[in-house]
Order: sequence, then C-alpha cells, then structure tokens
Amino acid sequence: MTTEPKKNPPLGRVIVITSGKGGVGKTTSAAAISAGLAKQGFRTVVIDFDVGLRNLDMIMGCERRVVFDFINVIQGDAKLKQALIKDKRLDTLSILPTSQTRDKDALTKEGVETILKELKAEFDYIVCDSPAGIERGAQMAMYFADEAVVVTNPEVSSVRDSDRVLGLLSSQTKRAETEGAEPIKAQVLLTRYDQERVDKGEMMTVEDVLEILAVPLLGVVPESKAVLKASNVGTPVVLDEPSAASRAYEDAVTRLTGTVVEMRIPGERRPGLFQRLFGRAAS
Amino acid sequence: MSLFSFVRKPRPAKTAQTAKDRLQILLAHERSTSGSAEADYLPMLQRDIIAAIRKHVPIGEQDVEVRMERGDQMSSLEINIDLPGAASKAG
Repeated sequence: MTTEPKKNPPLGRVIVITSGKGGVGKTTSAAAISAGLAKQGFRTVVIDFDVGLRNLDMIMGCERRVVFDFINVIQGDAKLKQALIKDKRLDTLSILPTSQTRDKDALTKEGVETILKELKAEFDYIVCDSPAGIERGAQMAMYFADEAVVVTNPEVSSVRDSDRVLGLLSSQTKRAETEGAEPIKAQVLLTRYDQERVDKGEMMTVEDVLEILAVPLLGVVPESKAVLKASNVGTPVVLDEPSAASRAYEDAVTRLTGTVVEMRIPGERRPGLFQRLFGRAAS
Repeated sequence: MSLFSFVRKPRPAKTAQTAKDRLQILLAHERSTSGSAEADYLPMLQRDIIAAIRKHVPIGEQDVEVRMERGDQMSSLEINIDLPGAASKAG
C-alpha cells in the first residue's frame, strides 16, 4: 500500500504502549497503532523493548527479515539504518526489532536516548512496545515517552497493574523528573471488552474502569476473533480484513493524532423483544 | 417454555460490581502509600514491638502477631502478644 508521506518536518513524538500485566494485548496494540498511524501517512517506527522475548517481529510479519537489532545498535555493532526493517505493506512504517538472546540489562538509558534522538529526526511517531512488568525493560520503554497508552482489560489484576503503571508514568519518567515539563499524556485503551458479559453484570463497564483509573479513554477494543487470526499470519489487525477490533483501533489511532472521534462501543446492541423471548432458550 | 423461561431465570450475581468495589478499596490504599516498600512496615513494627516488650518480659519471635484489615471507611491493626509468664502467674 502506498501512502502519502507527510512532507513537513517530523513530529518526533514518542508513544509508549504499556500495561504492567502481561497478555492484555500490548504487542497487538503496538502493531495495530503503528500500522494505523502509518496508514494515515505518518512516518512511523515501532520499537520492541521486550529484550529476550522478541515477539513484535512475528506480529508484524517480518520475523524472517531480522538481521540486526535494537541492542546491536545500542552497543555500536550496527548502524540504526541497518537494523530498521521497512514494512512491505506500508512504506511509511518501519520496525526496530529487539534481541532474542540478550537480557534487559543490555538496555542503557544513554543508548535508548541516542537512538530515540536519531529516530525523532526522521519519524512522526515512535511507538515503544513495552515488555510486561515494571522492571528495567518497561522502565526504559516509558522513560522518554511524550505520551502513554495503558492497555487494560476489564479485569481486576489488569486494572490494578494499570494503576501502578500510571503511578510510575507520573513519577519515574524524564518528563516527571524535568522541572516545568508537561507531564506524560496518559490514556487507557480498554481491550478484550465483551459487551454481552458487561450486560450480564459479569464484566466491569468502560465507566467502571475509567472511574477507578481516572485517565482519559483512548478507545475500546472488543474481544474479537480477528485478533488471533491476524497474529497467525503476521498482519497488524488494522491491515487485515475489516473487523470490530480493526475499526476500534482505527478510531483510537485517529484520536491519538488529535482528532475527536465519537466513542463507539462495539457490540453494544440491545437485544430486541423477539430475541429476548426466544434467544435465551438457545443460548 | 421459552416464552416464560426468562421470568423464572434467577438474576445472575453482579460480580462486576464486586470487582469494582474491591479495586476501589485496594487502590485507595496502594495510592496513599504510593507503591511497594511503604506497605512493608508491618514486619518492622512487629520487630519494634518485640524489642520494646523484651525490655521487660522475655518473649520469642513467634509471640507477637500483627494483622491488618483494610476497609473502605476504616482500617484496623490487630496486635496479639503472647506473654509466656502471665499464664503461670495467674494459674
């Protein structure tokens, strides 16, 4: 797909995709958001910070094209240009894979800063895919961020971890440590949302989660079979066939770029009288 | 059957509300202590209590039990001290 690249100087905005808890959809979201931004013509690079457990390359479908990685660049064994993989579907999208053999101690604050500085001169958006947890890898992924997307499932352990991560974003980052700097713009992306279970009172609602976390909502991505299907073939959800999940990600991406989009909560259809009377017996 | 089944169907328990309530209570506490290490004062408190009592009564490490119950409106701290001498003196 050929997009019209933006001609103006790069925005150089750093966005971290984080969550604390694992398995909530960070990498899926990082892939979908970066592909969505690139699709809109923004020069975008997505970086895998999960050193030792490389997976972004598989979700993006470029696992067989990795030669050099993020750590090679930090340690001076390769140039940044050599490690960046250009996406075959979107010419505005690049991927910076991480190392599968090193560990997270290979990430240094100075190394990360140098690479981000170089990327800022060329890209509009630099999406950092954080590892789970709150250890070094996650700290490095969030430290230089301008904006944060906290991926949360409507489930107690995920919400608790998101709250903890929000605390770290407002205290353990460069923006937090710099006197007079604007704080990181943090927002929640609610994923694996199941409207049917919410209706039954089995799952917390969007409002419940927002009331607890008290940060703005970036989007609501429904539980969707399209997500696994897309990861099976290494295609970011937004580049796969249209689905409720891909629409939700596209909306979230548009909001990230500063455009107001009405919040649609997918699957929110009140069952009709007929369905209420006869549907239950079948379910 | 299907016409009236919805009438007799028992209302499902609203577990989502329970989840929300539990999170609100827990996070109110976690935020006030702003993180990890601060919540670990109970072992230190227990050590200090043992040291204070040992000035007067010989007690073991296991004789002091500190328990915490966190609530929405108030939290309680329960401290149980086994004084070994007390039983023999009274009896």
